[in-house]
Amino acid sequence: MRRNSNIFAKIDWLVVLIYLLLVFAGWINIYAAVYDDSHHSIFDVSQKYGKQMIWIIAAFVIGFVILLIDYRFFSITSVLIYAGMMLLLAAVLLFGKEVNGARSWFEIGSIRLQPSEFAKLATTLMVARVLSKPNFIIHKFKNLIHLGIILVIPMMLILLQNDTGSALVYSSFVLVFYREGLTGWVLVIGVLTIALFIASLLFAPIYVIIFLVTSFLLVFIKMAFHKKKAINYSILIVLSAAILVAVNHYLKLGYNSYLLITIPVALFTPFYLYAFLRKKVKAALWIVLIFWGAVGVNYSVDYVFNEVLEQHHRKRINDLLGIESDLQGWGYNVNQSKIAIGSGGFAGKGFLKGTQTKFNFVPEQSTDFIFCTVGEEWGFLGSLFVIFLFVGLLIKIIQIAERQRSTYARVYAYGVFAIFLFHFTINIGMTIGILPVIGIPLPFFSYGGSSLWVFTIFIFILLNMDAHRFELIN
Amino acid sequence: MQKYSNRKFVIGAIAIIIGIVYLSRLFWVQVVDSTYKLNSEKNSIRREEQFSARGLVFDRNGELIVHNMAVYDLMIVPRQVSQFDTVELCQTIGIDIPFLRKQISKARRHSMFKSYKIVHQIPDTVYAVLQEKLYKYPGFFVQARTLRKYPYNVAANVLGYVSEVPDRIVKRDNYYKSGDYIGFSGIERSYEEVLRGKKGVQFNLIDVHNRKKGSYANGKYDTIPQIGGNLVSSIDIELQQYGELLLKDKIGSIVAIEPSSGEILALVTAPTYSPSDMVGRLRSENYPILIRDPLKPLFNRATMAQYPPGSTFKMLTGLIGLQEKVLTPSQHYSCYGGYFSKARPIACHHHRPSLDLAEALQMSCNAYFCHVFRNFMEKPGFANPDSALTRWLKHVHSFGFGTHLGTDLESELKGILPSVESYNRIYNGSWNALTLLSLSIGQGEIAITPLQLANYTAAIANRGFYYTPHIIKDIDGNGPIDRFKERKYTTIDSAYFEDVIKGMYLAVNGGWGNGGTASIAQINGIDFNGKTGTAQNPHGENHSIFVGFAPLTNPKIAIAVIVENAGYGSTWAAPIASLMAEKFLTDTVKRKSLEERVVNKNLLDRGEKEQ
Ligand SMILES: [Zn+2]
Repeated sequence: MRRNSNIFAKIDWLVVLIYLLLVFAGWINIYAAVYDDSHHSIFDVSQKYGKQMIWIIAAFVIGFVILLIDYRFFSITSVLIYAGMMLLLAAVLLFGKEVNGARSWFEIGSIRLQPSEFAKLATTLMVARVLSKPNFIIHKFKNLIHLGIILVIPMMLILLQNDTGSALVYSSFVLVFYREGLTGWVLVIGVLTIALFIASLLFAPIYVIIFLVTSFLLVFIKMAFHKKKAINYSILIVLSAAILVAVNHYLKLGYNSYLLITIPVALFTPFYLYAFLRKKVKAALWIVLIFWGAVGVNYSVDYVFNEVLEQHHRKRINDLLGIESDLQGWGYNVNQSKIAIGSGGFAGKGFLKGTQTKFNFVPEQSTDFIFCTVGEEWGFLGSLFVIFLFVGLLIKIIQIAERQRSTYARVYAYGVFAIFLFHFTINIGMTIGILPVIGIPLPFFSYGGSSLWVFTIFIFILLNMDAHRFELIN
Repeated sequence: MQKYSNRKFVIGAIAIIIGIVYLSRLFWVQVVDSTYKLNSEKNSIRREEQFSARGLVFDRNGELIVHNMAVYDLMIVPRQVSQFDTVELCQTIGIDIPFLRKQISKARRHSMFKSYKIVHQIPDTVYAVLQEKLYKYPGFFVQARTLRKYPYNVAANVLGYVSEVPDRIVKRDNYYKSGDYIGFSGIERSYEEVLRGKKGVQFNLIDVHNRKKGSYANGKYDTIPQIGGNLVSSIDIELQQYGELLLKDKIGSIVAIEPSSGEILALVTAPTYSPSDMVGRLRSENYPILIRDPLKPLFNRATMAQYPPGSTFKMLTGLIGLQEKVLTPSQHYSCYGGYFSKARPIACHHHRPSLDLAEALQMSCNAYFCHVFRNFMEKPGFANPDSALTRWLKHVHSFGFGTHLGTDLESELKGILPSVESYNRIYNGSWNALTLLSLSIGQGEIAITPLQLANYTAAIANRGFYYTPHIIKDIDGNGPIDRFKERKYTTIDSAYFEDVIKGMYLAVNGGWGNGGTASIAQINGIDFNGKTGTAQNPHGENHSIFVGFAPLTNPKIAIAVIVENAGYGSTWAAPIASLMAEKFLTDTVKRKSLEERVVNKNLLDRGEKEQ
């Protein structure tokens, strides 16, 4: 008992407060999203908001119980939890129930559970466990492979469930690895790849090439100031251009070959001269890799887009980019979402006064698109409040992470951070129309027991570890 | 690991930058850029129900008797209503401003988001004008509906009417929404599910000018309305019309059945009303008048009025006697002005003193059937009067008396039959054949509906069986309801019927001079067989009753007529039945003077005088 009272004295109550505010705000917005004149009571358990209330109560119980668990339990059982969860993910493929085209649910009586939600938690614990091994050096190829496998297993299993959104969440662990020492280039390359992918869809390839070459020149300039041996790379550039032309020719891509040659050469010449004169260029390998990587992305876009992505993903991306005006499916959703949020104005239309989110046809109204209701009924002020809470929570998690004495706890905390950041970014980004529609929930807001419980567990394990940070030493 | 500690700033910056980017975007979308606010107005989604036209109804000869005409309901979605010119709107549709205000506030109370009907059944001429101006009234829209139309304007009691669905049904059945229409009586009610079809729902995008921009989500959530099924009624609409003409200014009913199928050829109640008086807005004017009318035109006498069958019941008394072997057709009983027992003497009118069964029916001798009844009740086979009465009731029931026939007509009453228990109660257990004697001639504790009487006649015409009477012979090409195809046998062997029918033949065709009580019903060239009856009426003049069928073999029509306060069966009921049979069988009525006499007779004042 003594230890229990101790923990309540030591937990970070500010995080608990943010948590409660988010959960409560989520609940009343689900009420508003599903609200129908004929069913008034927010406690009506036949309605989504009534069910959410039950789940919230259950989440509180779960959170409380987690605080009582010995802090060492999580690190000791990480491997076991991870293995068990992966088995569940495999099992759901075989015995699960298909809902909206994704076979990712277990149905036990009237309760539906989504193992993929819980897999995030298991993976985070597992990653923390592996990274906190003594003398673990992240740059070692073997270790990277090890980490890669931990992530790829759940990703593959979830992709097989046809739930791309939940699979993409695992890419957010890059941030954790970055914090633990992985080179910053992974972030740059990640951002560049995404930017390129989008740019290639949007613009004619020639503009993309121009953009590529220019941005890549900027990198080159920076390097040229510090590095030597620029001379060798003039050869590489010419060679690149030549191969580019050859590819263009044999694959019948139909670009003007002169352009392909002259643009890189012409643009590079002065800087090559400059680098040559200073004889400082050294990291030419990087430059070439980036160059070819970028060209590769540019040319693979069509292939990935048309062959790898499924129809509904293509549609969502197209909608986002405004390429096809699709008022039927996702595009309509996003459009309506933007309209709903936009129509909220500065102060919003008021609680339950929203008109745009009042129809029940979009199943995502109370789940993935719940932020629309916030935007419409509470306006910019409401959006500001919610974003402020989320960013506040994220910063708070970093603060907690950094004050941990054990690597395990720090990595776990950054894992929580990364997953929350990903959900927050993707979900709100899609409702306000700046990211493609990827169906993942907004933590604590979206309707659904599984996701609420998992995010609750994430936070409360973090609080538990944080409360015992002086005891938990690596 | 402290060496990477500074990376927390990069990571924190990512979170903050995303927060700032999102907030700027939100600020742009929500505060600066007004296109989304306009868009929001342009993008209202309106749920419109697509009503399917109700099914049509044809008569047995393929005449269209019920069809549809288009009208328009003005609807609003209160949330979408903004400033508009109330005066102009009211002028256009011809309503006053306080009414409009009242309706709008009703709609607001109902729901801010759901559509609500504020003006009902705007005729298409008004709609044409309104449609042009509708863009000025955001939040208002028009929903097309159909109203019933009746080319013959008769048979209101059969066809029934359609009206707005009452709240209690909305609560019970989620197919209906407040403001929908539902068949409320007659076949509109009993065949509601066939006639209504299935309504569809359309979600439409509406722009700021209250115009449809297209369907929401390309119609993904829409459902297509299904047109209601058509019905073919067994009614002969011209016969029905003729029946209503004959009962003009009278109170009573006519029910005609085709014995070989149970199809109802005519089901007339009088007084009645015109079905088009109950359509649309007219109903709210006419309904209160009709409901207050002391003659109860809304009361369907053909299925709900209950009368003692009187002498028309004598065939059954005779049949039971024959079946139970307490009577042979040649059995003679003498009658000297009645049947005199200590308990209750039953008088008879003047006729030849000694008669056999057929003659007793021809001349409607009361004494004869008292004898038959008493012989039955006191038959040695029965242990006590209880078991005798039980057996008697079994026979009577088998003709469809004292029970719901199970027709497809709504609100059919079952009539009244005595029971062993009721007699035990009334007479403290001490009763016998003499106590019940009046049952033998269709008086006393017995009451039947005109429909039951016609069915009974059909059973006699069929020599021992009937089909459950019904008004719809075909549902959307699939024939009638299955149970109407089943023969229902009476407990009387068919061989016994001929002797009774002979009596009915003689009653009509035996000649006035020979004591035929229904000679007035005789039709040239047609073997019309019938029996008069008189139901005692303690409140006024007796009710005139007649049952009959024609022709003798392969009967085509069985008919029962009851005219209230009209005296003897032969005076009014018999000629009406006869004219109906003639009309049905020959298509033209040759006895114009009889027809004229019947049509012009007003019997309405007779009942009231004595009340
Ligand atoms: Zn007599």
